[in-house]
Amino acid sequence: MRRIPLTPAKIAAICLLAGFAATGCASKKSLPNNASELGLNGAVAGSSQDFTVNVGDRIFFDTDSSAIRADAQQTLARQAQWLNQYPQYSITIEGHADERGTREYNIALGARRAAATRDFLASRGVNASRIRTISYGKERPVATCDDISCWSQNRRAVTALGGGS
Amino acid sequence: MKMLTLRSIAFVMMAITALAFGGQPARALVEIDINQGNIEPLPIAITDFISSDGIGAQISGVIANDLKNSGLFAPIGKGAFIEKVSNPDVAPRFEDWRVINAQALVIGRVVEEGDGRLRAEYRLWDTFAGEQMAGEQYFTNRDNWRRVAHIIADAIYKRLTGEKGYFDTRVVFVSESGPRDARVKKLAIMDQDGANVRYLTRGDNIVLTPRFSPTRQEITYMDFAGGEPKVYLLQLETGQRELVGDFPGMTFSPRFSPDGQQVVMSLEQGGNANIYSMDLRTRRTTRLTNSNAIDTSPSFSPDGSRVVFESDRGGRQQLYVMGAGGGEPQRISFGNGSYSTPVWSPRGDLIAFTKQSGGQFSIGVMRPDGSGERILTTGFHNEGPTWAPNGRVLMFFRQAAGAGGPQLYSIDLTGRNERQIPTPEFASDPAWSPLLE
Repeated sequence: MRRIPLTPAKIAAICLLAGFAATGCASKKSLPNNASELGLNGAVAGSSQDFTVNVGDRIFFDTDSSAIRADAQQTLARQAQWLNQYPQYSITIEGHADERGTREYNIALGARRAAATRDFLASRGVNASRIRTISYGKERPVATCDDISCWSQNRRAVTALGGGS
Repeated sequence: MKMLTLRSIAFVMMAITALAFGGQPARALVEIDINQGNIEPLPIAITDFISSDGIGAQISGVIANDLKNSGLFAPIGKGAFIEKVSNPDVAPRFEDWRVINAQALVIGRVVEEGDGRLRAEYRLWDTFAGEQMAGEQYFTNRDNWRRVAHIIADAIYKRLTGEKGYFDTRVVFVSESGPRDARVKKLAIMDQDGANVRYLTRGDNIVLTPRFSPTRQEITYMDFAGGEPKVYLLQLETGQRELVGDFPGMTFSPRFSPDGQQVVMSLEQGGNANIYSMDLRTRRTTRLTNSNAIDTSPSFSPDGSRVVFESDRGGRQQLYVMGAGGGEPQRISFGNGSYSTPVWSPRGDLIAFTKQSGGQFSIGVMRPDGSGERILTTGFHNEGPTWAPNGRVLMFFRQAAGAGGPQLYSIDLTGRNERQIPTPEFASDPAWSPLLE
């Protein structure tokens, strides 16, 4: 019983990340209809939709790890470039864990992932004073099945613009 | 945020008078051996207490349920009873109870006094010796009838086992509703048998890991209020909420010291979590660990001299014990897998934990030096044990694979007597109260 409530925009964002099969992604993208106003996927350049869809707002982690994987480094490098281009945004990094751990540890693990993400962005020139972090532990899964296909999506850090979701 | 108050916590209690009926023999009818799996439950007859309305039968029902759930007693079905007790002040016909193998017999009466209070009295008989083992009467408001039943059940349990009971207690927990990716979590409190559920928060914020004060009508817990996850105190009688300390980061995983004067918790800074204590009177904070690791789930020994906690300083999560003021911790868990959420038994003899191994989550116990590890239950996900105040029973939460959410369970130290605690919604993070005074 997989229940993964993702909007088409979020599906497109995930499909842009390495590590996810491209199957079905192309059909989920909406096409730009006004070349002067719109970037990829109909998002206005510099908008939060632009960030989510075209840059990618989240990275994923291995079990019990807060190491920034190679695929995540690419995403964060794009994030840093974009955030440096649009310095008006404050940023909240939400750290999350999968449900295969105990509650207190997962709260700490989510904080560790958020901190590692913040440190990477700061190392790429994003002013750390713009960045706040919060851990949700295992309290806010995005994928809710009871197997690895969901757990791997829940071990994540999400970069949210404008103070967080 | 307005809190709901708990008026019923402040009980009008309760005169206790012993009912004389000869001497009290000293022997216990039930011997508790936590290492012996197959305890034969003691057959006991619990008659409907005599009353002018249904309250007597209701009280007897709660007593029977408490004793049955302990796994140590087997209440006999009323259909088998031969003698119909009509006068609780007269000795029963022991042979009528011996013939149905009732080793112990409970009879009683509930009378409404002139001032509207209830007077509940019981006598506990040893049917084979033909002697009264206990007899007391209690006065209380009618609203508290369940509590009187739990107090009588505790008295019977204590008289027959020689151990303190745990039925007149409450459990604070997190009540869960809504979809799994947008779960609403409310603090709730109930009697240990699942009755009298009351909600303490409205579900506006994520709330986690509530723990009872051992000395006051107060809990400490973690609340995401204002997007700043922190440890709070909540007064149960007034609903007043108070931030614990002024820490420069997220605080979580709180627990009281045995004297109720300190809260010990984790503070997260820069991705590391260390353990701090705060004196609730002086507000002074003390740092207990200093590591580049996740140190969390601290729990005091009942004498207040030591703290057990979990840390991944050696790689995976393991259990460590240190002095209550800090110092070099000693690792105590060495089995296959990782160990977390340690909780020291109120008796001091054991530490309960969650163990992850082979993709399964277990609840187990070990001695404070790490020896004698025993797993009580294993499955897809079992987590977060809490001790009954007599140190003989644990409660925890379980989520089966494919289930919509977690449920609360109790299990005794033999691992054989496991029961689901009924709750109105999904439920997690149980914490058992001390015996009520």
